[in-house]
Amino acid sequence: MTGVPPFPHQHLLGIEGLSPLEIGALLDLAEEEIAVSRQIEKKKQTLRGRTQINLFFEASTRTQSSFELAGKRLGADVMNMAVAVSSVKKGETLIDTAMTLNAMRPDILVVRHHSAGAVELLAQKVECSVINAGDGAHEHPTQALLDALTIRRHKGSLQGLKVAICGDIRHSRVARSNIILLQAMGAQIRLIAPSTLLPTAIERFGVEIYNDMRKGLADVDVVMMLRLQRERMTAAYVPSIREYFRYYGLDEEKLALAAPGALVMHPGPMNRGVEIDPLVADGPQSVIREQVEMGVAVRMAVLEALAQHLPNR
Amino acid sequence: MPRPLLLDNARIVDPSRGIDSHGAVVISDGRIVAAGPEAANQGSPEGWEVFDCGGKAILPGLVDMRVFVGEPGAEHLETLETASRAAAAGGVTTMVTMPDTDPIIDDPALVDFILRRAHHSALVNIHPMAAISKGLHGDELSEFGLLKDAGAVAFSEGRKSLRSAQVMRNALTYARDFDALIVHHTEDADLASAGVMNAGEIATRLGLPGIPQEAETIVLERDLQLARLTRGNYHAAQLSCEASLNAMRRAKQSGLGVTAGAAIAHLSLNEGDIGSYRTFFKMSPPLRSEEQRQAMVAGLADGTLDIVVSAHDPQDVEGKRRPFAEAADGAVGLETLLAVALRLVHSGEVGLMRLVDAMSTRPAALLGLPGGTLKPGALADLAIVDLDEPWVVTEGALHSRSKNTCFEGARLSGRVKRTLVAGKTVYPYAHAEGRAT
Repeated sequence: MTGVPPFPHQHLLGIEGLSPLEIGALLDLAEEEIAVSRQIEKKKQTLRGRTQINLFFEASTRTQSSFELAGKRLGADVMNMAVAVSSVKKGETLIDTAMTLNAMRPDILVVRHHSAGAVELLAQKVECSVINAGDGAHEHPTQALLDALTIRRHKGSLQGLKVAICGDIRHSRVARSNIILLQAMGAQIRLIAPSTLLPTAIERFGVEIYNDMRKGLADVDVVMMLRLQRERMTAAYVPSIREYFRYYGLDEEKLALAAPGALVMHPGPMNRGVEIDPLVADGPQSVIREQVEMGVAVRMAVLEALAQHLPNR
Repeated sequence: MPRPLLLDNARIVDPSRGIDSHGAVVISDGRIVAAGPEAANQGSPEGWEVFDCGGKAILPGLVDMRVFVGEPGAEHLETLETASRAAAAGGVTTMVTMPDTDPIIDDPALVDFILRRAHHSALVNIHPMAAISKGLHGDELSEFGLLKDAGAVAFSEGRKSLRSAQVMRNALTYARDFDALIVHHTEDADLASAGVMNAGEIATRLGLPGIPQEAETIVLERDLQLARLTRGNYHAAQLSCEASLNAMRRAKQSGLGVTAGAAIAHLSLNEGDIGSYRTFFKMSPPLRSEEQRQAMVAGLADGTLDIVVSAHDPQDVEGKRRPFAEAADGAVGLETLLAVALRLVHSGEVGLMRLVDAMSTRPAALLGLPGGTLKPGALADLAIVDLDEPWVVTEGALHSRSKNTCFEGARLSGRVKRTLVAGKTVYPYAHAEGRAT
């Protein structure tokens, strides 16, 4: 055990602002947390007596339960608060909610919100540590960390890898956090999407852009697929699922163009038959289920790193 | 009757007569008797009140053509009175208020209401614009004739844009018969729909949906073609980008009598000021890139932009302390309008004469209002301004009821020392208590 590395941030609001050293240290710590989760007694004491509130303004079974488990394995008391959109419409603003929660004296708030910048705004108003569990189309830092951990365990290092991120980049916080993290760690990024699903000026991010998935996948070491929401059809971004799957869905034939042993990843939940063929999703190159395990480990690492800044320590 | 007033030893700036020289202003019975170098030689007869301006500038009072006020319907944000206090402190002697209040100003009785409320409570002149369409629904025209007779100085949809080209065509055509001016916020509702800031790299990095410039230019180009078709009187309320300026240049060069305005924010700020989701910089049209801002300044200097407005839009804490996408648009600006605009003069980008023309003389002429001039016989609406006095903007010191300024902590050079409306001092307020009831 190497112990918790110094982490000079009170909050984790995004990958932006983290140095490659800090990212590397979080990943190293997460490696240790994997061992904890694989023990029979899956328990540490780091957060004993601490209160962690998961505040989700947007429903998410996967991320919320991952954070819940991570907190519990570190000994924290974890409370889940689902704030439905309807109660927000009753007039209580984000700030009201933040102040109410702050009065309950939590030590750590894990927040997901549908609006970019909302988690940062909330962090300015509370005294505890805040972890961004996804804010609008801005960032989802723990997803990028768990993706990096998964890749690192298979490929040894992120340096020099070719990583393709495919699908709805425009609306994706996962893509933004991954671009920032993977670039910081020396990987080359390719974005593969129809132009309607690329955000303005994305070429200025130092990425290669492909509209032809076959060309974009050539020789890549990692293929990250993104979820395509059905609303994108009604808002005229893409015409139909069958056309999308034909040109941008990952099937065995397209995957064969990637480097041998290329990893197939997906942040979930998957739309089988929309962005990914079930044969690929469940095939030998898929590490999608492993990503879920890494998710708990990475979130434990982040909680431990931030716990250094809790009072009385 | 008050004694005649001699404002002596001043720099007289009067774009209406092309005067920028040392001199004086003589005021009697609320009107200017003389203003300029010649007025300085009249001496100060017995019984006159004499004020030595110490070389400071005297400008015709500013005429701000785009002011959003909370009265009626949202008096907690701003009343006509509080807005007028901010205006007086900023050297603005005439405010033109927008019709998108609650209720919407689309009925002659409501125009009358504004005028009466203004008469009883405001320190400066207030003229309302009325809605182009009934209820701002964008389909039926409001009663241009009756509204104009009641005192509406122009017609606008406020923050909204007319979606229907046919309604705009008819509005321009019908307004022509009443010599009424159509003032339009040009933004395509579909292209701008989800957007909350300028489309570009910064929006993408912040994960915020963007508004492309084309949301503005498409509607502007449509309007300009309809103005050509109908020969109606058209003014683009608030432009924000070079492509719009080029469209205006082409229209003006072809002889079309159209005009355009810009908000001070788009001449002084850019999208980078949003920083980390600072909602006080959220507005419509959105702040654009620095390159676009510079093009806007050039457009002001060369007259493509006829006028500058504050686009004063008071919002409270409740509306602004929200996630960026959910926060209200708009910023207050009456009080900082002149000082911020003077930055462009100090930097040498815009001449003082052109600036005062754009903020006073041109808007008064465009709306057919008195003011905007220091010529003898005109009402004595003017501001005495120290063009160089440094000061720092602080939220708490602003007189507007809402404090959503983009310039908190900004160092500005140029401060209004005294504001007169019809010869009466309305700022500093101590002199004005007789009028504010």
